[in-house]
Amino acid sequence: MIQVQNLTKRYGDFTAIEDVSFQVQKGEILAFLGPNGAGKTTTMRILTCFMPATSGSATVAGYDIFEQSHEVKKRIGYLPESPPLYTEMTVAEYLIFVSKIKGIERKDRTGALTRVLERCALTDVRRRLIGNLSRGYRQRVGLAQALIHNPEVLILDEPTTGLDPKQIIEMRQVIKELAGQHTVILSTHILPEATAVCQRVIIIHQGRIVAVDTPDRLSAQLRQSEKIRLTLKTPSPGTAEALKTVGGVISIFHEPSDDGQVFIVECALGRDIRTELASQAVQRGWGLVELTAVKLSLEDVFLELTQEEAKEETVKGSTV
Amino acid sequence: MRSTFAIAGKELRILFTSPMAYVVTSVFILITGYLYYNIVIFASTQSMQIMRVQGALPQINLNDLVFRPTFHNMAVILMLTVPLLTMRLLAEEKKIKTIELLMTSPVSIFAIMMGKFLAAMTVFTLMLVLTGYMPLLMWYYGSIQWMTILTGYLGIWLLGGVFIAVGLTASSLTENQIIASFLGFGAVLILWLIGWLAQGMADSPLGPFLTYLSIGEHTENFIKGMIDTQDLVYQASLIVLGLFITHRVLESQRWK
Repeated sequence: MIQVQNLTKRYGDFTAIEDVSFQVQKGEILAFLGPNGAGKTTTMRILTCFMPATSGSATVAGYDIFEQSHEVKKRIGYLPESPPLYTEMTVAEYLIFVSKIKGIERKDRTGALTRVLERCALTDVRRRLIGNLSRGYRQRVGLAQALIHNPEVLILDEPTTGLDPKQIIEMRQVIKELAGQHTVILSTHILPEATAVCQRVIIIHQGRIVAVDTPDRLSAQLRQSEKIRLTLKTPSPGTAEALKTVGGVISIFHEPSDDGQVFIVECALGRDIRTELASQAVQRGWGLVELTAVKLSLEDVFLELTQEEAKEETVKGSTV
Repeated sequence: MRSTFAIAGKELRILFTSPMAYVVTSVFILITGYLYYNIVIFASTQSMQIMRVQGALPQINLNDLVFRPTFHNMAVILMLTVPLLTMRLLAEEKKIKTIELLMTSPVSIFAIMMGKFLAAMTVFTLMLVLTGYMPLLMWYYGSIQWMTILTGYLGIWLLGGVFIAVGLTASSLTENQIIASFLGFGAVLILWLIGWLAQGMADSPLGPFLTYLSIGEHTENFIKGMIDTQDLVYQASLIVLGLFITHRVLESQRWK
């Protein structure tokens, strides 16, 4: 649905994005993840034909974003970082205006309005001035604006910023429901959001793509070993030694906790020693309280990737 | 075309929901009305005096005595009010980032710009229509030549069109409405003041050229009741030039 090839955008000497390439399948939800200033908004603005790229090419729904921008614009719904709202208009007036400039036929306008009001739970406030609405409602009006012409592609720039936790969950729910019928690209710097909503994540840092994969596989890739967290109520002094004898264990780390002693057991990648550990604990009467595999969260992956980059930079810098 | 009207409609709705259109229109009507009243008082005392001297009702030309100065006043007041009407047109869209909505919708920059221009023209035309009580009063109590009055109105209408095109350009250059209004005012004032420079340089070869450039000169003919193609071409080309620059500015801002 979306194909991006070697997209680069420079502002004078400053390179906002460099050599960005990726693809998005129909019906997929993709997240751009990156710290502030990584180039997420720039990429989105290029895809929505708001600004041209310095070099590279991209197609949306088969149309080139430079050559056939009019066709692309018809098929894209865009929610910028700050929702583009006219505070002097009521919700319904505003959405009707948007439907006009998106080229919806007169006879289909009321239908589109009712559908989108319902979908974004705005029916109750349709006659209120946008200026008097709360932040959460405004964000939803912004989403409604992007949805009104039922576009094939939706581009949402940080759709949950400034919302309270309940609104964030609601917004994520709405976005999840969009998958399948719409292709969605959203940007965020909140990591759990990407895990919660998206099928695929692109981690972008200093204008370059550093990783593309599913959230699960991304964390798997970066794990050098499997880690298991074991909490024991009544371990014996020799527990650590005994645990080391279990096949594949590399190292043991332990610390006291409220429930007793916590042991972090590290073993070779790809081995699952949980059952063995459990039976050991039961046999020796260590009082097993908890046993979980420690997954690397997306947050760790993100930090790891962005820091690695920084390390490389400094290495490069020092050799020159 | 349809999107042009959609944008013009939105613009008018916002102008009339906010106090902007009402404030600008009423201040315009108030000041022109006040000056008109003064002119009429002056004209009537003058004719009274003539009557006393001549002992008979004088043949006075209300068009010359009342409407020429009134149209001049209107032109000057428009110089101050039109920039206030146009300042927010594009500057605000940029400030509150709604320009992103317009630019990512399937509408051309030309349509956006024309929508804005049409909306401002509509409010301005309404302002002029509201001054219609002036000739109506004179027509009721005296006698006037309607054609001359209407030609004068045409001149003022075109002048306002130029002011709007210039104001729109000013608004496209900045995000700040105050800067936009002041830029617009400055540009319009300079167009007007070229005439003074022309008077000072009447002997040099530049003189006639500067006279042609001055907007006051071209409006004067309309106010006198004369429609000259040269003046029509001048006003129309200034409007087109203003719109053309606005289009270029909007287009180039995408590349920044």
